[in-house]
Amino acid sequence: MIKSALTREAAAPDAGALPDIHLALRGISHTYPARAGQGPVAALGPLDFEFRRGEFVAVVGPSGCGKSTLLEIIAGLVRPSAGAVEMDERAITGTVADEIGVVFQEDATFAWLNVWDNVAFGLRRAGTEQAEIVRRVDYALAFMGLTDFRRAYPAQLSGGMRQRVCIARTLVLRPRLILLDEPFGALDQQTRLLMGEELLRLWRETAATVMLITHALDEAALLSDRVAVMSARPGRLIEVVATGWPRERDSALVADPAFGALTARLWALLRDESRKALGVS
Amino acid sequence: MTRVRVIQLAVVCGAILVLELLCRLGIIDRFTMIPPSEMLTALGHVVATASWFWGDVRYTLGNLVAAIALSVVGGFLVGLAVHAVPRLRRALDPIFTSYYSVPTFVLYPLLIVVFGIGPTSLIVLGALFGIVAMIVATVTAIDRVPPVLLKVARVSRLGRLRTALLMKLPAASPHLVTGLRLAVAYSVIGIIAGEFILSTEGIGRRVALAYNNFDNQTMYALLVLILGFAIVVNAALGSFEQALHRRWYRS
Repeated sequence: MIKSALTREAAAPDAGALPDIHLALRGISHTYPARAGQGPVAALGPLDFEFRRGEFVAVVGPSGCGKSTLLEIIAGLVRPSAGAVEMDERAITGTVADEIGVVFQEDATFAWLNVWDNVAFGLRRAGTEQAEIVRRVDYALAFMGLTDFRRAYPAQLSGGMRQRVCIARTLVLRPRLILLDEPFGALDQQTRLLMGEELLRLWRETAATVMLITHALDEAALLSDRVAVMSARPGRLIEVVATGWPRERDSALVADPAFGALTARLWALLRDESRKALGVS
Repeated sequence: MTRVRVIQLAVVCGAILVLELLCRLGIIDRFTMIPPSEMLTALGHVVATASWFWGDVRYTLGNLVAAIALSVVGGFLVGLAVHAVPRLRRALDPIFTSYYSVPTFVLYPLLIVVFGIGPTSLIVLGALFGIVAMIVATVTAIDRVPPVLLKVARVSRLGRLRTALLMKLPAASPHLVTGLRLAVAYSVIGIIAGEFILSTEGIGRRVALAYNNFDNQTMYALLVLILGFAIVVNAALGSFEQALHRRWYRS
């Protein structure tokens, strides 16, 4: 079996020494300051949540409930108005931790670089040795099915392929925590299902903890171990639903009656909140 | 060659042909304009026989390169600074908006007082013509850098300088080339017009001399040269701009 270039075993501390709780959110809340013609906006929280090491958590909620703000707080791009973010029991609030990888909804490929150089970007910035860059990038491209497009530029790729480039660019850095902000939001349903399967595959391969923000309840129900359901703004957790799926799973689960029941339950939890967010009584 | 290019070429050739006929038939008298074919012949004659030609070409090109370099590099750096300081941007916006409605040549006497008669005044004048186009293009180009790329830069923990060089500059480059084209065009105007008004050397000065001496052959020969140079440079930059756009954007 070929040894994965996307995992950190060699550099990882003894797994037994790591706490079971990988990431903890303690009393997180965020208020955007007043802007011209508009008062302060309470966007999020207060919110407490713990991510277990290596689990796949999906976060769903109505539009504008602060899901992306939550992701940016964890990524260190936004400092919360109150509360703390802890990773392996270390406070990382407001800092960009090097063990976190982020994939955004928007196309974040670098148009001026070909696929190979896009994926190698972070490794070059980190000063990684060239031989190691080649090993990891080639492996990631093969893993994501992009080897044949290594010399192509993003403008020559479909939306799904460009998103795979962004995922590969994140993977080569071997993050322990992967944050995904609606990465398949702009893709059609069939591509979403296939990309979801790829995401599950890389989750199993890397053993990383994954947080997926999504609007799609079926996607959340299919991919995750637990689904965190958020209220309308300011977003708070109203329930955390365990899916109970085995680690080895794929899109065939959509035919399972339990999948339909799970999706229906998520919708039942979200329906009133979505109406509130839309201003419909 | 694309259909559009063929039509463009046909329009230009048609206009030259009409001008040739109007001159040949005497509808436009020779004292006003010579036929385009004679302009080309005269240009060949000037290039082959005029002792001053290559010296003046070198002088004008030297001034032009210096003015373009000043306006492009200076404009880019000032544009970066203006973009980074929103208050400065708000303060300077009205000046940028109305800059090209002010005849910059009114500054020329002042430049001569400061820098003396010579290439320095001309270079500064040419750079003043082009720099604001580059500043405005830089600010607009950085505005257009997708915010998600700046998030990626932060997640990748790039500093300000590396974000500017590795993210903003390449992401903004198709729009920066638009500024480069304008800066080059304005600098050419500034240098040639500056030489025309008050200079002891240069192609612009030769055009003025020919004009004053009723030497239509030389004057139109040099105008054709200037026009040809501007068209070639503009076409080259246009092709480069299109190539960047093709690489950057799906459509």
